[in-house]
Amino acid sequence: MSPGGDSMRKVRSWLLDEAPRSRLQARLGRTYRGWLTFRRNPMAVLGLAIVSSLIVIALIAPYLSPHSPFEQDLARRLEPPSAGHWLGTDELGRDIASRILHGARTTLGMVLLVAILVAPVGLLVGTAAGFLGGWVDGALMRTTDIFLAFPRLILALAFVAALGPGIENAVIAIAFTAWPPYARIARAETLTIRNSEFIAAVRLQGASTARIIWGHVVPLCTSSLIVRVTLDMAGIILTAAGLGFLGLGAQPPLPEWGAMISSGRKFLLDQWWVATMPGVAIFVVSLGFNLFGDGLRDVLDPKHG
Amino acid sequence: MPDATPEPLLTVEKLRVRFRTPTRVVEAVRGISFAVGREKVGIVGESGSGKSMTARALLRLVPPPGEVSADRLRVAGVDLLAADAKTMRDIRGRRISMVLQDPKFSLNPVMAVGRQIAEAYRAHHRASRTDARRRALEMLRAVRIRDPERVYDAYPHEVSGGMGQRIMIAMMLAPDPDLLIADEPTSALDVTVQMQVLAILDDLVSRRGMGLLFISHDLDLVASFCDRVLVMYGGRIVETVDAANLHAARHPYTRGLLAAVPRLDRIGTELPVLKRDPAWLTGEDPAR
Amino acid sequence: MIEVDLLDVRFGRGPKAVHAVRGVSFKVAKRETFGIVGESGSGKSTVLRVLSGLLHGWTGQVAIDGKPQGRKRAKAFHKLVQMVFQDPFASLHPRHTVDRLLSEPIAIHGLGNADGRIARALDEVGLGREFRFRYPHQLSGGQRQRIAIARALILEPRILLLDEPTSALDVSIQAEILNLLMRVRAEHGLTCVLVSHNLAVVAHLCDRLAVMNAGTVVEEMPVDRLRTGTPREPYTRQLLRASQGYDRKVVETFG
Repeated sequence: MSPGGDSMRKVRSWLLDEAPRSRLQARLGRTYRGWLTFRRNPMAVLGLAIVSSLIVIALIAPYLSPHSPFEQDLARRLEPPSAGHWLGTDELGRDIASRILHGARTTLGMVLLVAILVAPVGLLVGTAAGFLGGWVDGALMRTTDIFLAFPRLILALAFVAALGPGIENAVIAIAFTAWPPYARIARAETLTIRNSEFIAAVRLQGASTARIIWGHVVPLCTSSLIVRVTLDMAGIILTAAGLGFLGLGAQPPLPEWGAMISSGRKFLLDQWWVATMPGVAIFVVSLGFNLFGDGLRDVLDPKHG
Repeated sequence: MPDATPEPLLTVEKLRVRFRTPTRVVEAVRGISFAVGREKVGIVGESGSGKSMTARALLRLVPPPGEVSADRLRVAGVDLLAADAKTMRDIRGRRISMVLQDPKFSLNPVMAVGRQIAEAYRAHHRASRTDARRRALEMLRAVRIRDPERVYDAYPHEVSGGMGQRIMIAMMLAPDPDLLIADEPTSALDVTVQMQVLAILDDLVSRRGMGLLFISHDLDLVASFCDRVLVMYGGRIVETVDAANLHAARHPYTRGLLAAVPRLDRIGTELPVLKRDPAWLTGEDPAR
Repeated sequence: MIEVDLLDVRFGRGPKAVHAVRGVSFKVAKRETFGIVGESGSGKSTVLRVLSGLLHGWTGQVAIDGKPQGRKRAKAFHKLVQMVFQDPFASLHPRHTVDRLLSEPIAIHGLGNADGRIARALDEVGLGREFRFRYPHQLSGGQRQRIAIARALILEPRILLLDEPTSALDVSIQAEILNLLMRVRAEHGLTCVLVSHNLAVVAHLCDRLAVMNAGTVVEEMPVDRLRTGTPREPYTRQLLRASQGYDRKVVETFG
C-alpha cells in the first residue's frame, strides 16, 4: 500500500470515528460527513467546481490573462474571436477574454462584500425579532417590510443615485435591498425553535436571553441562511450587472460584466461577441452558484429536498 | 376463533427488506414467515425490530432505497410479488388497508373528514357522490360517532385524537377490505380512549370476518387484544405464542420484555434489565 | 419542600380561554417522590411547568423550600430545581456535543472544574468517556435520556421534576432509565415530582400520587392504594382498569 494512501485512510478513519475525543474532531468529523453527502450529487459538485474556478480566476487573473484589460488598440477594434484574441476585441480594441477574467475579480468582490454585510444583519434582526417578540418584533419587522416593499433594482438605483455611481456605492445599495429576506428567514426559523424543549431546558439552567439567542438559536439558523446566500448570489450578480448596465456600478475603464454588456449593446447584431461573452460569463457563474446552493441545501437542510 | 380456510388471508414466506446506503447494507427485515387468517394477529417489537417495515412491505410502500423480496407474498389470493403498480393500487384499500398511529399526520388537514372517507370509498367502487356520502355516514356511525352529519363536515384539527383515529378506521374500512393492518393505532391516545377504539376494531373485525394485523410495542396490550402474538427482534420473529399462553413464553427476549415492564403488583424493586444476546440476531425462525 | 396552594392557570382570554389548571393544591415532603397522573389535557404537565418557572401566567401560591415563588425565578432557583423532559430527541440541542450540553450549566453558574464535573456526570449515568464529544443524532434514545438526566444533575439540585421521562422510550430502555432514576434519587437524596400517564411507572417510582382530570385533582393517595386496587374515586378506578389490558366487557362500563 502506498504511504500516501495509508495516511489518507488514517485521516479518514479519524474523521469518521464514532467516539471523537475532542471538540475539534467532532466538528471536523461532522463537516467531513457533510462533504461525503454533498459529493454524491454531481450537479452540486459541478456548481462547486464553477464557484471554485471563479475564486481561483479572480485571484490569479493578472497571471492568467493574455493581454492587459485596459490596453486599447483602435486598429483592432471589434475583431471576432481569433488566435490572438480568443474572445475577440471590444469597441476600443481591448481583449475581451482578459476583461472577462479581470471582471471576475470585480464580480466576486462585489458579491462577497454584499454577502458579508447582509447575512449577519439579517440574522441578528431576524433572531432578535423572533425570539423577543412583542414590540421589538413589531418594530423590526415593520422596518423590514418597508425595505421589502420596494423592487430591488429600483431601490438600488435610488441609493446609487443618491450616493453617486461607483462600485462601493453599488455594493452598499445592493446590500440595503438584499438584507430583508434574510431577516424574514431567520425570524421564521427562530419562531419554530423558540418553543422547543432544548430551549426550555437551557432556560431552566438560568441562561440569559443573549446566551440563548447567540449560542442556541443562531447556530440553527445559519444553515438556511448559508443556503439562501448562495442561491441569492445569482440575483446579486444580476443586480450588480444591471447597475453596471445602467452605468451606475463599476465606472469605465474598470472591466465589469454588466458594463461590458451595456457598451456592447450597440454592436449586438454584427459583432455579437462583445456583449454575448460577458453575458455567458454571468450565466455560467449564476448557474454555478445555484447548483452549489441546491447541493448545500440537500446537505444542510435535508427536509427541504 | 381462527378460521380453518384452505388458504389464509395473508401468507408471508421469507420476507426480506434491505436498505442499501453508500456505506453499508441495512437489513430491516431478515426473512420472516407467518400467516394471518380471519383472526387478530399481533406483531410486537421495540424500535428497530422491523415491525413497521413489515407492514409497509406488505403494502409495497417501502420507500427507496429499500428493497423488498420474499419467497411468497399472497393476500386474498393475489400474488403481491408479481403485482404491477396498477394492481397494487387496486389492492391497497380494497383488499388490504392500513391504519397508522397519529391521525394528525394521516388525515389530509385541508379536507373535511367526511369527504376523505367518501373519496376512499369511490377510489375502489363506482358510486355517485351521494352514494359515497351515504356510505361515509354509515361508516361514521359504525365507529360509534354520535353525530355523523356534523363530523362529516369537520376538519381534522377540529376533532380530538380518539375521534380522529375512529375517523381513520372509518376511512380505511369504507372500501370493505379483507385484511386490516393497524400500525400502533392506539399509541397516541389516552388509555380510556385506547380501550374504546380497540373495542370498535374488535367489533368491526369480527362482524366483517376480516383479518387484523396489529402492530405495537406494548406486549401486554397486544396479548390482551389479539389471538396470536409474534415477537420480533432485529428483523426476525423470535417467538410465536397464542395470546392466552403469553406467560409461558420461552424465548429469553420475550421473557425479558415481560419482566422489564413495571407492574402495579411489583413496586419499588429494581427492574430486571434485558440482556441482549447477539445470538438472537442469527437464530432460526421457531416452528409456527 | 414543595407547597402548591390553589394554583390556577388559564390560557388565552375571554370565552375561548382554556382553564388548564383549576385550584390545584398539594404538598411534597423532603425526599419524597410525588406522582401526578392524568390523561392528556388533564393539566398535569402545566402544573410541572409552573413549578419549574417556565410558565408565567398563573395565580395561587407556590412555595419551594419554604420560600414563596413569583413568576420569574432567580438564578439560584435553577441550582435547586431541575427538570428532565419527555422527548429525548427534542430536549438536546441538535448542534451541540454532549460536552457542550453538560458544560453550559457549569458556565452559566460559574462553577469550576468543568472537566471533572463532566466526567463524573457521565460516569454517574453509566456512559463512558467515548460519549463526550458525540452529537445527539449519534446517540440512541436511551443514551440521550441519560445525557438529559446527567445535565439535570450536574448542578446538584435538590428537587428533580420529571415530565414523562420514559414515555418515548422502548420497554427495555425504560427499565434501565427507571433503575437509573431510582439510583440517583437515593444517592442524591432528591425530592421528585413525576408526571406520567402510565400508572405502573408512577406506582413504581412514587410514594404518593395525585390523579388529575380536566384541571382538578380528583384524588390524592399513597401508592399502596393503587397497588391494592382500591382507589376511592370512580375516575381513578376507570383509569386503573383501562391500564390493565383490553377487556371487552370492561370497555362497556366506560363513560
